[in-house]
Amino acid sequence: MNIRIARSLATLALSAMFTATLASPAAAHRQWMLPSATVLSGDDVWVNVDAAVSNDLFYFEHQPMRLNNVKALAPDGSEAKIENALTARYRSTFDVHLTQKGTYKIASVADGMMGSYDLNGKTERLPRGTTAATLAQAVPAGATNVKTTTTSSRNEIFVTVGEPTTTALAPTNNGLELVPVTHPNDLIAGEPATFQFLLDGKPAADLPVTVIPGGIRYRDQLNQIDLKTGADGKVTITWPTAGMYWLNVTTGRGMGPDAAAAPGRVASYVATLEVLAP
Amino acid sequence: MQLSHRVILAGSAIGMPVLFAAPATAQTMDVTVAIPQLKVAEYHRPYVAFWLEKAGAPAKTIAVWYDFDMKDNEGTKWLRDVRQWWRVSGRSMKFPADGVTGATRAPGTHKISFTAGKGALGTLAAGDYTLVVEASREVGGRELLRLPFSWPPKPGQTARAAGMSELGAVTIAFRR
Repeated sequence: MNIRIARSLATLALSAMFTATLASPAAAHRQWMLPSATVLSGDDVWVNVDAAVSNDLFYFEHQPMRLNNVKALAPDGSEAKIENALTARYRSTFDVHLTQKGTYKIASVADGMMGSYDLNGKTERLPRGTTAATLAQAVPAGATNVKTTTTSSRNEIFVTVGEPTTTALAPTNNGLELVPVTHPNDLIAGEPATFQFLLDGKPAADLPVTVIPGGIRYRDQLNQIDLKTGADGKVTITWPTAGMYWLNVTTGRGMGPDAAAAPGRVASYVATLEVLAP
Repeated sequence: MQLSHRVILAGSAIGMPVLFAAPATAQTMDVTVAIPQLKVAEYHRPYVAFWLEKAGAPAKTIAVWYDFDMKDNEGTKWLRDVRQWWRVSGRSMKFPADGVTGATRAPGTHKISFTAGKGALGTLAAGDYTLVVEASREVGGRELLRLPFSWPPKPGQTARAAGMSELGAVTIAFRR
């Protein structure tokens, strides 16, 4: 019984994450990772990361973020180990031993497919977990009007030991990605920061960018900053105060009537960024 | 080499004359820094960084006081808390830094001297400079003071700033 409840909760959490990160920036639940520090000095350096899905930023009060898809890239581009991973009731946590100098990128990346088909006069949805490779098996014989949308979600943080570097930040050209114009570990309150967003490697023009400062629980206003990427995919943010910020970029839903002809594409991007006081 | 510089810095901390073997004509900059006595439950001596800024030139660190003698260089973990210094200069340096690293100082007034053409100060191009002094204290606050001066200094030139929390009065005087 308990196990069954836990499982259904986990499923709910996953679907909540999916909705929150892919469907609408206004959805209630927000997925985030929160590093113990983003700017580090010293010789034996570790970062500890909390990961959760919640309403308020950055309070773990709803669901843990699953760590299955979390990977850490070291400054030289190699993969660094995720250590001491634990998923508790409201949050997950893990460590990364930062053995190199420079910037690490820690990201949870998931690709998937959603869609529907018509069979015997009824519209059915593709089962969860369908991928391009399993699509042929997922669509039964005789199905018509098959519509598919591929999904990509990326949730990431950056941490730097010593001087910021950009090797680990090289885009993979899949989904929505942040390309630094301003380095994401060199953010100061009052200074404008510019990032370029790419969708599958091309400038992601005209997409909504949502920026929300942490600490929501103890204030009345959300203080959300709404921006849009330009034709070159770039957006410039001036940070009002120091603190941790949640940044979210999403494409449109991709499943509307426009998506009928061509396969749709939806992607979401989340980053937690630390802004320091001048 | 590194050690001898540390000894020199430590010597100036207790008020001894500066021991650089510079010719009498060398320009010397004396920086006096007051570390305030604070009534707090848990007190640790602040980390303090001193650096020079000049328009169009990279920041130049001339002294950093931190816990340099901890096991496994552990004191470097908190260098990043001297936040502005870490950003403009510290993060590109290696520690301990020859002629720059120094021990933290107790509350009181400390004088450190820099001689043109020597040590961390080196040779300065003529122009307008700012000496920035930033202090950051474990479980305490952070404060940063800026003291503009021109180089080479005019006779009698001084600069002065006063902190409100983590730093007391900071002054620059020049002599030959």
